[in-house]
Amino acid sequence: MRNIWTIAKREYDNYFNSPLAYVVAFAILLPLGIYFALILWVSAEQALFGGGAPESTPINWLFVFLMIFLSPALTMRALSDEARMGTLELMLTAPVRDFELVAGKWLGALLFVLSLAVVTLVFPIILDNLITPGIDWKVVLSSYIGLVLVVSALLAVGVGISAIFTNQFAAFFSTLGLFFFLWFMISLPASYLQESGEVLNYLSLSNHFSTSMNIGTINLGDLTYYLSLTVLGLFVGTTAIEIRRWR
Amino acid sequence: MIKVSGLTKDYGARRAIQNLNFDAQQGEIVGFLGPNGAGKTTTMRILTGYMPPTDGEAIVAGYDVVEESLEVRRRVGYLPETVPLYTDMVVFDYLKFMGELRHIPNVDDRVDEVLDMVGLIDRANGYIGNLSKGMRQRVGLAQALLHRPEVLILDEPTIGLDPGQVVEVRELIREIGRERTVLLSTHVLHEAQNICDRVLIINKGKIVAEDTTENLQARLIGAERVIVRVRGEADELADTIKGVKGVRSVETKEDGAVEFEFASGKDLRPEVAKQVIGSGYDLLELRPLGMSLEEIFLELTGSDAKKK
Repeated sequence: MRNIWTIAKREYDNYFNSPLAYVVAFAILLPLGIYFALILWVSAEQALFGGGAPESTPINWLFVFLMIFLSPALTMRALSDEARMGTLELMLTAPVRDFELVAGKWLGALLFVLSLAVVTLVFPIILDNLITPGIDWKVVLSSYIGLVLVVSALLAVGVGISAIFTNQFAAFFSTLGLFFFLWFMISLPASYLQESGEVLNYLSLSNHFSTSMNIGTINLGDLTYYLSLTVLGLFVGTTAIEIRRWR
Repeated sequence: MIKVSGLTKDYGARRAIQNLNFDAQQGEIVGFLGPNGAGKTTTMRILTGYMPPTDGEAIVAGYDVVEESLEVRRRVGYLPETVPLYTDMVVFDYLKFMGELRHIPNVDDRVDEVLDMVGLIDRANGYIGNLSKGMRQRVGLAQALLHRPEVLILDEPTIGLDPGQVVEVRELIREIGRERTVLLSTHVLHEAQNICDRVLIINKGKIVAEDTTENLQARLIGAERVIVRVRGEADELADTIKGVKGVRSVETKEDGAVEFEFASGKDLRPEVAKQVIGSGYDLLELRPLGMSLEEIFLELTGSDAKKK
């Protein structure tokens, strides 16, 4: 555990040295800010005609949606670059388990994204001050738990794929392609299939967030889905590193 | 401290090392000598737990490199040939990070200590990416020494260093080798002679010779080779030299210089010099030719083939 933390800490610090991480931070926070302003503006207009109170959870939805495209950029170098630079040899000859290395990379990336998520807490706080009687914090909490789970799964899968490649762009596009498929495409044929379509619906990345945790319902199926995906990503990464050793 | 038996490694269809057997005791500096691609790095990577062997067994610091890889890695300091480093990190932070992975107590003090040992204390706050090759080499060495390892495995530790640094690093290795086990690879014969107690010569994945440096040299050379150069035309120089008793295999080079050999033990150079000058030549050069590593390899692999 201690090694995971040591590696995560280095990884986290490293993000702040990399221009890419700032680009990602900018590409997330700027649209979120604009979106929030739009929500406020539109609901202020509608309030004249008796529209409902605005909510902050659509911002979390946008956060997760942007992560589909941006998280591959955060994880693409995680292990592929270590392999390319040869520093993997340092890690693999240090007294660190392969799993600890992979988990450390994942945790470092997760902490970076969580730092961005903490910044977005200003939106519900502002909203809470603007409207009476305030916002439903339970829904906000559920939404943030969902956000952390989705991001955790995305980053674990990204790190896992990064362990397979030596080229960071190969890792980027493979990860992006997989997320695109899991978010948009996998549930498309579900309506044509009856019972077996349910399996595809369950595998979809978006279903477990947009229509459940982000509107305040947490159920075991959704938790299991994202946690399994996280474990699977870390497992793929660890196995890929082990295979590298044998090659 | 190191015991290797029957070690074999295949990369796909290519056999990198074949049935290696050797050992190294505590307080011994063993040199691994061989041309590029001989299997030095492969062997070292197996001993450091980086990759498992295809066959055979290696025990390092009392633990099996495959079964108890983590225990081995705790006790081994390793400087890889390419000296991989996180170039975007500051020297001190990098060493601290590696020290934390090894759970070193008071890691800050220890980092300062090793930086002092390798003479980089004034660059502690610089980025690794801005360091010269020689400095990076020393950062790599500092990393290998950080946890006071029982076994130190150094892949080409002095490559890329300037002559002054080479001397310093060799001094450092010799000092460490007094108490610990050091296995280092090199393709500089001179270096092996200089610091190693014992040398293993490896070629095409096999150990072709194993002995102390002195024995190896005596056994290999057996004869000394000298080149003679004189001013002007020297058509009969070869005949003149041939006239000296004990001289053998006289050979005239294209540029007129003459090379000859004599059995080591009795130095024939004064006699040859007298003879050359006595015959009216202006002697310009009379120089012993050291045996290059390449020649030693040819010798070794050649004699090996003859035995079979």
